[in-house]
Amino acid sequence: MRVTMTVNGRPQEADDVWEGESLLYVLRERMGLPGSKNACEQGECGSCTVRLDGVPVCSCLVAAGQAQDREVTTVEGLSGEDGELCTVQQAFVDAGAVQCGFCTPGLLVAADELLERNPEPTDGDIREALSGNLCRCTGYEKILDAVRLAAARTGQAV
Amino acid sequence: MEFLRPASWQEALAAKAEHPAAVPIAGGTDVMVEINFDHRRPAYLMDLNRVTELQEWEIGADTVRLGASVPYTKIMEHLRTELPGLALASHTVASPQIRNRGGVGGNLGTASPAGDAHPALLAGGGQVEAASVRGTRMIPLDDFYLGVKRNALEPDELIRAVHLRKASGPQQFSKVGTRNAMVIAVCAFGIALHPDTRTVRTGIGSAAPTPIRARTAEEFLTAALDEAGLWDSRGPVPPSVAGQFADLVAGAANPIDDVRGTASYRRHALGVMARRTLGWTWQEYRDAN
Repeated sequence: MRVTMTVNGRPQEADDVWEGESLLYVLRERMGLPGSKNACEQGECGSCTVRLDGVPVCSCLVAAGQAQDREVTTVEGLSGEDGELCTVQQAFVDAGAVQCGFCTPGLLVAADELLERNPEPTDGDIREALSGNLCRCTGYEKILDAVRLAAARTGQAV
Repeated sequence: MEFLRPASWQEALAAKAEHPAAVPIAGGTDVMVEINFDHRRPAYLMDLNRVTELQEWEIGADTVRLGASVPYTKIMEHLRTELPGLALASHTVASPQIRNRGGVGGNLGTASPAGDAHPALLAGGGQVEAASVRGTRMIPLDDFYLGVKRNALEPDELIRAVHLRKASGPQQFSKVGTRNAMVIAVCAFGIALHPDTRTVRTGIGSAAPTPIRARTAEEFLTAALDEAGLWDSRGPVPPSVAGQFADLVAGAANPIDDVRGTASYRRHALGVMARRTLGWTWQEYRDAN
């Protein structure tokens, strides 16, 4: 089947999509957007986190056909046109929150959405918002540092 | 596989009547896992996301009509007053990403004994609104769970909503797992005080082939509270009563040993959760005066 959706603000189309295919597979293998990572395929790890009509979801658990005519934002959509990193991305770099990097795209999407919704999160808010994203390097402390840094910088910019 | 995309509830019912084997998918948090792992290859996959009324709820005089696809996140945000037990249970479901997609209709459709909503639904009380082209029927939650991952739906039926009694008193939910997030319950317990009828109801998860109520425990506690006049005096529940309630809850379970825990641990934990949640809810009832 053919599936069309808006991805990172641009209309996208994929043909010959198998009906049981996940949104994650379509993004990675048919639309050339490999930023969202494929790991557990059961919603446990959060490395495939994207926003569907603005809401963070595991793209491995969205059937491709369910994304028809909807808006998807992936990690590729966070940075500017010229490749300039967004606040959360820059904070991850500066805080040393990236180790192997596999969980990073999902964490970036989740953290970016948190700060949009709640610009001054408590540590509890951050832990809650990132509770569906696993880091197998267990670099959680630096990740928390990065989100705090991003929040502080967002506050300064306002 | 064929992908069905009904644009309305009537279209969805017609499609389910024509293809009773069609697997409905809303949040996808159960169905997509089975497809991703090649455990299921349905001939028809029916997307319910376009049926927007499934994502709506209505607050009536005595009940909340909760659309089958209202995500757990919305229940936590908007229905904490009317459905406190279910809101607490919703908060323990998996992760934010999962709570943004999954809803009570999926828990009921899957009918896993480990579904987090079930103990709260049973304790609060209510009915499942099941519909088909033949009409609509209300199935009491007490009659809905038939076996492990089996429910009372007919092949041509879909879950439209669940009608839940608005809380008339404190409710609690407790769940045992290895961490707070992303945990399938080792076992879970829900309790609801119903001061309007001077009764107590319970729900047990992950400790029997289906979600169940601890009816003997409910009857014992309801009688004990009544005999001691505690609904009126709002006095403390005697420790001996709480202890016997806990023992009866543990005794109501019919758990197994599996990868998440042993049967004996589950019974023990249920007794602890029953005693604690009774303490919390009864204290809230006392403080409310």
